[in-house]
Amino acid sequence: MAKYLLLKHYRGAPTPVNNVSMDEWTPDEVEAHMRYMRDFADRLEVSGEFVDAQALSPDGLWVQYDGEGRPPVTDGPFAETKDLVAGWMVIDVDSQARAIELAGELSAAPGAGGKPIHEWLEVRPFYGDAPTVTE
Amino acid sequence: MGDVELRELVPQVLSVLVRRGADFATAEDAVQEALIRAVSAWADDPPADAKAWLITVGWRVFLDMARSTSARRDREVRYDTGPPTGAVSNADDTLHLYFLCAHPELTSTSAVALTLRAVGGLTTRQIAQAYLVPESTMAQRIIRAKRTVALSGLDRPGDARTVMRVLYLIFNEGYSGEIDLAAEAIRLTRQLAASVSDPEVHGLLALMLLHHARRSSRTGADGRIIPLADQDRSRWNRELIAEGIVVLHAALARDRIGEYQAQAAIAALHADAAHVSETDWKQIVEWYDELLRLADTAIVRLNRAVAVGEASGAPAGLAALEDVDEHVPRRDAVAAYLHEKNGELELAARLYAQAAHHAPNLAERAHQMRQAVRLNQMLRDSHG
Repeated sequence: MAKYLLLKHYRGAPTPVNNVSMDEWTPDEVEAHMRYMRDFADRLEVSGEFVDAQALSPDGLWVQYDGEGRPPVTDGPFAETKDLVAGWMVIDVDSQARAIELAGELSAAPGAGGKPIHEWLEVRPFYGDAPTVTE
Repeated sequence: MGDVELRELVPQVLSVLVRRGADFATAEDAVQEALIRAVSAWADDPPADAKAWLITVGWRVFLDMARSTSARRDREVRYDTGPPTGAVSNADDTLHLYFLCAHPELTSTSAVALTLRAVGGLTTRQIAQAYLVPESTMAQRIIRAKRTVALSGLDRPGDARTVMRVLYLIFNEGYSGEIDLAAEAIRLTRQLAASVSDPEVHGLLALMLLHHARRSSRTGADGRIIPLADQDRSRWNRELIAEGIVVLHAALARDRIGEYQAQAAIAALHADAAHVSETDWKQIVEWYDELLRLADTAIVRLNRAVAVGEASGAPAGLAALEDVDEHVPRRDAVAAYLHEKNGELELAARLYAQAAHHAPNLAERAHQMRQAVRLNQMLRDSHG
């Protein structure tokens, strides 16, 4: 088994095909989207591949050490150009192919007009543990 | 014996051990160990007197722990190792434990954890699950909390105010995992109210009961937020509401008003209305005014603006909202609601979308987004 991170962005990812802001969808389209996301997570739990899912607020700031005895420097809110992570899902799957298949399903979540958003998702393998047997 | 009945004995047993000269930190560990042993020992052979059993075993465990500690530190055993005698626990001892766990030197998270373990009798694992942190993290938090309490001196514990703040924090955490933290907070507040005459403690208990009574109607099956106006009031727990109102009236009759009593009074007025249209908003505004006099906070001003909007119309509500700092969480949501009420749908839709963007949690984000989408649909429909 190998763990993968499926990373969703508020911005910074390539523009999806069906790029309409959610507040312009119809109420039914919003409900269909939310149901799809819930069902996706439920299916992963049932299949034994779900590890964790978290969502991040778009608010935040940069923080940097500013030397001995001084408070950290902060910079925020984020510039409009910053790549902004929205959340992630961690899955534990048999292969990279399976991780890609699942990311594809997640990317097919319906948006405006009930059509798939085709959102670009980042798929990142975790560094695993060194295997017990190496030769 | 049920889990809750067993846990009710925890502060009493712990108090007895401390009164016999055990240090708080070790005694607390000993009681936890006695609880664990009780689970396996009592399955086959339940004792006639559960409390006496826990005291005997807890004391024995404590002596073992103290001996091994003192052996390590090369100290002599300072404790009487003979069979323990006398000492009956009383309410004052339990109260002292509450105060200790809400020690002013403790951070809120530490005070919460320590209270749930030492007074609530929950295991570290249960507390960790409820707060979604690893068990080792919670264990460390509790160890550090006990060290702080020991170092700061047991003679300067917190008071009823700090205890109430801790209990309210626990209540607001709600429910996740096997432990219902809201129900646990109510149990602990009931216990506190039984030994403290401060009407604010009773106000807090009333507030919790009145909110708890509405809990199942506040969220839909899919986890969505159902606002007060849309809740199915037939699902409100009338027994809890009745109890909350009795507790509140008794507290108010003492004529020493405080924040929790005022908040409970507002909750009681909502609970009293069979339908949202029957809500006595004028009286609710008066209680918010009272609350402002007691504690002028941005949250109170924000909630007051909503009540003013209902009592005197949207323009009055919007005027009240001008006194609320722009950066207060949920201000956008309240502004959106009042502007919608005022017929400014486009502005309201924009504000709902903004509120979704800055929502403090996912359920709220989805809720505000649904409001924005609902209004935008209405606007599209009206434009043909």
